[in-house]
Parts: sequence; structure tokens; C-alpha cells
Amino acid sequence: MAQVEPAAVKHTPLHDRHVGLGARMVPFAGWNMPVEYSGIVDEHMAVRTRAGLFDVSHMGEIEVAGRDAATALQRITSNDVEKLTVGQAHYSGLLTPDGTFVDDLLVYRLAPDHFLMVVNASNAVKDYRWISDHLKGLGDVVAVDNGARYALIALQGPAAREILQPLTGVPLAEMKYYWFAAGEIAGARGTISRTGYTGEDGFEMFVPPQMAGRVWDALMEAGRSVDLRPAGLGARDTLRLESAMRLYGNDIDDTTTAIEAGLEWIVAWSKGEFLGRDALVRQKEQGASRRLVGFEMVDRAIGRNGYPVLVDGVQAGTVTSGTQTPFLKKAIGMAYVPAETPKDAPIEIDVRGRRAKARLVPMPFYKRPRS
Amino acid sequence: MYPPELKYTKDHEWVRLDGERGEVGVTDYAQKQLGDVVFLELPEVGATLTQGQSFGTIESVKAVSELYAPVSGEVVEVNGALKDKPELVNEAPHTSWMLRVKLSKPDEVNGLLDSAQYDEVVR
Repeated sequence: MAQVEPAAVKHTPLHDRHVGLGARMVPFAGWNMPVEYSGIVDEHMAVRTRAGLFDVSHMGEIEVAGRDAATALQRITSNDVEKLTVGQAHYSGLLTPDGTFVDDLLVYRLAPDHFLMVVNASNAVKDYRWISDHLKGLGDVVAVDNGARYALIALQGPAAREILQPLTGVPLAEMKYYWFAAGEIAGARGTISRTGYTGEDGFEMFVPPQMAGRVWDALMEAGRSVDLRPAGLGARDTLRLESAMRLYGNDIDDTTTAIEAGLEWIVAWSKGEFLGRDALVRQKEQGASRRLVGFEMVDRAIGRNGYPVLVDGVQAGTVTSGTQTPFLKKAIGMAYVPAETPKDAPIEIDVRGRRAKARLVPMPFYKRPRS
Repeated sequence: MYPPELKYTKDHEWVRLDGERGEVGVTDYAQKQLGDVVFLELPEVGATLTQGQSFGTIESVKAVSELYAPVSGEVVEVNGALKDKPELVNEAPHTSWMLRVKLSKPDEVNGLLDSAQYDEVVR
């Protein structure tokens, strides 16, 4: 039998910082990543009330450029890239012909003919192949896997702007949500984007890997006065779930469509032909058989990924994500249930053989206060 | 750092013996691995424990783990304080007992680890 060589576990440029800070490191999507430092609850609360600093350098970066880059991306992503001005980004889907997800991603318009796609670490290799394959025949356009050229640091929380502003000449107050700008951060050339995966205000910074340590240290120092916390993948997951942001591999994958996942808002129906459009149009006409819903537990229990969902006592769906949220102090989650399930249907989750009561609630579970 | 008066299992539970009675909890190593504890599912008074068998679950923000009985016996008391404050397991793992048990096979404790041996296991 052929031996499959396990790929070497990769380290981000900030690996030594994490170890030095006492993080618990875990393998994640081929990377050795910090899952928690001071604890998920502590880090989660820091992001909701002050600020947290995340190393998300494991994320994949794929650049697409060429005279026909914009029209090509119109064909292979679900959102409308022609609506993006240079300096603007949006959330989008890389869809199969069935309207299901190859991946979800952010698309940044760096220049009229030059885009940056930030993709899930677990899908980066697959995505690059998929994009390269599907760009063939779409004219003067090429994809480049540039993941190794970027470290990505996320500063998230209500105090993010006051921490970052002294370290950069980029006027942050003027930067709108989902816009970005090139500039220096603590003396390093990079790109600052007002984006994140926490539901909180904040910034993500793309910097050269050799400058990542310097930027991280400067941010940690600048955040000292507001008790900035380094935060790991554990808090990243509870934060994104409170904000009802989908997680690839849990809430969406190549068996779930954009409509079922409640992500129709990233499907640009009117822009013309794109991968997955025909299947989605058909599903919209016929009606999807299931949909992703939010729930909160009534009984004391947590409904977790893979647990069966019962509607009116009959097994009818599956939990995709679930946790005890530190900020809302409730057990919440997302699940696929039959599309016709009424909002007030009696729901139960099969928690390791025990039926625990839950109810459907609107998403997001948490919305940050607007300043 | 592991209290010498406790006996330990390789599954990261401890028992504090007092004659034929014992208090049962999880170790500091266990709580560190689990992270923030949010729920405990424990048996009721009168339930029977069998050494090495699951007697409940401990749930943290990120995962659920089984709890394994370090000794056989009958549950005589359940720590109600942990129901409302499961985070006590993180804050004081070696004093946050979950159950008080009347041992049915006191000789079993001879097979448990002492603090030095347990320290080797988790080192």
C-alpha cells in the first residue's frame, strides 16, 4: 500500500510569539496555531469590550490579475465584483455548478485589473487549483498563490482604532467597513482593511512575513493601556458564531447551497452568467428543502456540530455549529432544518442521547452597538 | 504542584480519601486541556460508580469529555455549587470536588497513581 507522507506542519511568522505568550498550540489545517492564551472566555470578552489581537496568517491569499480579471471573477465568484471600487472588499462565494460552496472568501479590489482573494486555510490548495482551472478560457487573466507572501494580523474590538491609529499614517476614522488602504504599520509596508470575523469593529493587516513580529509587538505594546489580549482560534470561533458568520466545513460546504445557507445576499443574480447560477435559479424557483437557522438552548446543554435536531419530536436536521457564548451567556448554534419549519416550532437537540429543548431565534445572535 | 494527599488516574481524575469515603474531581492538567468549563453532567446521590467507567461529562466552551470514576462506590453527595459555577473547576481544580463517594472496593486505591507518578504522566 502506498504511504501518504504527512505534510510538514507549518508555522506562521508569529509562532515564537505565541509560544512565548504561553498559548496552547494545536494543529489546524496544516498549521500549528494558537487556540487560546488566557482562555476562550477571557479573550472573547476582551474583543467584545476592549480589543483582541489574532494571528490569522494561516489564511490563504490568492491574487488574480490581468486585463480580463474582473470579467473572469464575475464568472467564478457569486458576488458582483464590478460593484467593487479599488480600495473596497466584499464577502463572496466560490461556487460549484450545483450552487454549493467550494469555499467562502473575501475579494479585495487592489487595482482595476488586480484582485486579492482571502480564503480559508483548509481550502487554500483546493481553491487555487479550482480558480486556476476555471480561469482557463476566460481571457487574459492569471491566478497566483501568494499565501507565503503575507502575514495577516487581525486587531478586533471597540478599542481597535485607538490602538492602531498611532502606529499608522492611514486615517482610520475615514475608512469605512469593508474598505482598505495601503500604508505603513509600525514602520512596515502593508495593507489595512476594516474587516474581521468577530462581529466587532476592527482591522486586518496584511504585512510581509519578516515584518510580522515587529507589527505584532508594536500592537501589543500600543494596546497595553486598554488591556489588549492576544486571542486564539477558540475565541475566533465563539465570536464568529455569536455574530452568525458561517464557518466553512461546519455551516457551509460543497453539499450546501448559498440559498440553503441563508447567503443569498452574496449571490448577484442580475450580473449575468456565473458558476452555480443555473442551479441556484432552479432551487429558488422550486424552493430549497432546508435552511440554516439559529437556535438557542432552553435546557441546560450545548447543541454541537453533528448533533441531531428534532422538530415536533421527529429527527429533521443537524446542528452545524454550537457553543456556550461567553458574552451572551447562552448556548447558541446553527442548524439545518426543513425549510417549512415554523419559527415557533418546538425544537429539541439530541445531546448524546438526551433530548434537550431549544428554540429558533433570529440571527445574528449578537449585533455590536453602533457608535 | 500536584497535591501529595490526592490519588490520580491516567484519565486525569483525582480522589481525596478519608477512610472509606472519597471526594472525586479532575486535575489541573485536565482543566487546562479543556479550557473554560461551562457544564457538568453528574450522577445523582445513590448512583453506583464503577472504577474506570464513565460517570458523567464535563463540557467546556470547545469540547465535551467523559468523566471516569477513579474508584467504585456509591454517590453520597453531589457538589451543587458546580452547577451554577462550573468555572470553579478551572479556578481551583484540586479542591472543586464533584462527588463524594462511599467506596465499595477500598483496595482499588492501591492501583492509583501518587502525585509524583501522575506528574510523570502529564509531563
